[in-house]
Amino acid sequence: MTTKRQKADVVIVGLGWSGALMAEELTRAGLNVVAIDRGAWTDTSTHTPPSVDPDELRWSQRKELLSPPRDNTATFRNTLDQTAIPTRNWGVFELGGGVGGAGFHWAGMGWRFSPWDFEVRKQTIERYGLAKAEDGELQLQDWGVTYDELEPFYDRWERIAGVSGRAGVIKGEKTGVGNPFEGSRSRDYPTPALKTLRAMELFNDATNRMGLNPFTIPTANLSEPYVNPLGVSMGACSYCGFCLYFGCGNFSKSSPQACIFPVLMRRPNFTVLTKSCVTRLTKANDGKTVTGAVYVDEQGNEVEQPADIVILTAFMMDNTRILLHSGISKPYDPRDQTGVVGRNFTFQTVSGTDMWFEDDNINPFIGAGALGSQIDDYNGDNFDHSDLDFIGGAGILTLSRDGLPIAKANALPPGTQRWGSEFKKSYAKYYRNYATIFNQGCSMPTKTGYMDLDPNFKDKFGVPLLRLTYDYAQSDRNMAKFTMDRSLEIAREMGASHVNGFNFADKPFTTAIVASDHVIGGVPMGADRPTSAVNPYLQSWDCHNLFVVGASAFPTNAGYNPTGTVGALAIRTARAIADTYVKNPGALVEG
Amino acid sequence: MNRRGALFSLGAMAAAAATPVRALEMKGYPTDMSMDPAFLPRPAIHGGSFQVLTADIDRRTVTAVFDRLIPADDLGASASEAGCVEFLDMQLAGPFGEGASLYRKGPKLPNEDELAQTPQFIETPRERYATGLAALEAFAQKTEGASFADLPEPRQDAILKGMEDGTVDLGPDVNTKAFFELMLINVREGYFSDPIYGGNKDMVGWKMIGFPGARYDYRLYADRTGEDLGLEPVSLIPRD
Repeated sequence: MTTKRQKADVVIVGLGWSGALMAEELTRAGLNVVAIDRGAWTDTSTHTPPSVDPDELRWSQRKELLSPPRDNTATFRNTLDQTAIPTRNWGVFELGGGVGGAGFHWAGMGWRFSPWDFEVRKQTIERYGLAKAEDGELQLQDWGVTYDELEPFYDRWERIAGVSGRAGVIKGEKTGVGNPFEGSRSRDYPTPALKTLRAMELFNDATNRMGLNPFTIPTANLSEPYVNPLGVSMGACSYCGFCLYFGCGNFSKSSPQACIFPVLMRRPNFTVLTKSCVTRLTKANDGKTVTGAVYVDEQGNEVEQPADIVILTAFMMDNTRILLHSGISKPYDPRDQTGVVGRNFTFQTVSGTDMWFEDDNINPFIGAGALGSQIDDYNGDNFDHSDLDFIGGAGILTLSRDGLPIAKANALPPGTQRWGSEFKKSYAKYYRNYATIFNQGCSMPTKTGYMDLDPNFKDKFGVPLLRLTYDYAQSDRNMAKFTMDRSLEIAREMGASHVNGFNFADKPFTTAIVASDHVIGGVPMGADRPTSAVNPYLQSWDCHNLFVVGASAFPTNAGYNPTGTVGALAIRTARAIADTYVKNPGALVEG
Repeated sequence: MNRRGALFSLGAMAAAAATPVRALEMKGYPTDMSMDPAFLPRPAIHGGSFQVLTADIDRRTVTAVFDRLIPADDLGASASEAGCVEFLDMQLAGPFGEGASLYRKGPKLPNEDELAQTPQFIETPRERYATGLAALEAFAQKTEGASFADLPEPRQDAILKGMEDGTVDLGPDVNTKAFFELMLINVREGYFSDPIYGGNKDMVGWKMIGFPGARYDYRLYADRTGEDLGLEPVSLIPRD
């Protein structure tokens, strides 16, 4: 039997970055908000202080801050004729285990997408013609929002997170520093860029000599003490080198905990239900609205939280799965490309180069999760694709993230024995002299890259697992090869004694091997109703009081990390709800 | 405080900490700021007896394998000298050994390993060690007429090399290559994880490569790029 709670103005499903940003906006606007999260309460001083945090085995190897595959996984296959297999061990799905979601253990890359990323289809056709955009395999579609429209919300997210960086373009003018290819910013970052560490020096010198344009990656690891617009204080990053998969004991890695909860949790019109997993939404009889969210609590009881407005801010897999399991909107059908839920799954197309140096001291243990240098000369459409057999590109970067000794033990020059005295000798020599170039490539949707419900495997609540069908588009494969060759050139210029190129896209896609953890799409946004599940305000086309927020909404994926764009979209949607929707509930966009 | 004393005292701290009551429904900022006991370090506690590797033959085989994967030489102690066998036993006795994070619902489909491009298992690591160690010992007895642990080092290396490259097959019950990889990652984990987990004794693994361990602040060093900083490692175990 399902018990019913008192009705709320707003129910938010998933209290990660999106949920926390929206809850902050909507409670400030006076709405009564209940957030439901499947994780336990998790915070800095009580869970990951400095006495607990620097522990590679526990947090990076065993991934104890993440939600395990046992509880949250998906099945996958490359093609429609295959039987999908469950992803049994850690792989590309790196969901947060506690309240705060993946925003607690993430690395902290503080990117904006480029203007091109929002209009890949339109701009590809304009610059190269229709045949380049429609090669028979790709399914390109634009976002229905432009970079310029999103800029104020990127700015707001960066202020809340305190992002450290150096602007390349302000109000249309190049600053002469920073990233000269970035979309125009209204102002500089709230805090200055982090320090330039040894791997970055080598990369910057080499790419400068090659006539390329290196810059420091914007980081949600803060370079100096900062108080954000909500009045929350943050500390300076200590370059501790325990960041991705870890909490942050210094209050210097931006997270819902570090940036939003201290204010949000004190608001009397905000409630969190922890350890409560939403499995489905309830629909009104007319089918035009939803009435609430149904969750299973820790004791296994099913409970309904009714609300006037329902917001899905869960991980992209769960946003998609909850819609499919609730029978909301038409599931995508890859045979005729109709339907919208599950549509346009994308990933990232990753290649790069491992490098070893002689007699240097890279000192990899000094680092921050997002710290590195990048060139965008081969990202997006920053270079001419007229004579190339692909669209898009990759951010080519070197990281000064960490020197975790278990994880790095495989990073030895090719041909080195992986055990015995030869291993010890090589690792003793190269641990401090290894660096990598990572090409974070864009990922373009295909007609057969999608998600639906698996017919065979279920989760612990008996709900079907999500089934992912995907393989890299040929265009992306070609791009990854092209950018791998560029990274090899950079590595040689950096003076590496050994280089080893790698390309995840020269094999079929798999969920079991981590090339990236940026899985994207399933509830695509757009201005075109037949090809999108939500409108440009992330409002369901079919149920006007339902908003589906997060990377599930990206119709294409860029050569950057997604969190900044997730944050900007969430704030924009929250403002549209508070300023417009609550006064006149209905469709915000005609479609 | 000595290493063993430190391990015990941290364990006692974990046991003594009160369990904070956290309501499912939360309103207001939590006022209880004590550490969540589940998040305190969980040190290896050596009671002198093994919990999973209880059979003498299994311990001898693991010790022999681990000491070929990470042997004693002029760069430092062997894996077993560094505590990696005890480390493994503790890991196999806990959530890792139980496969607590794995999605283990069957059936295992025939195309799983091929599609995943890496072997997948419904069996727990504890079960895989039990099966794998028995099969390795049987293989040594059958092909060499002696226990794996009693073979000369070059023979041990040849068998391990064969397991690694797929030329040695321990039989239908074992994915031999995957079992080799499991032992390799576990011995590395023991050798390079914080000594609080029972391996990496005297931080031998960290000293070998120059990893300063559980330091949490490099702001004083970050500008000294390219220098050999000569930092002594520190562990989560209190120094005194």
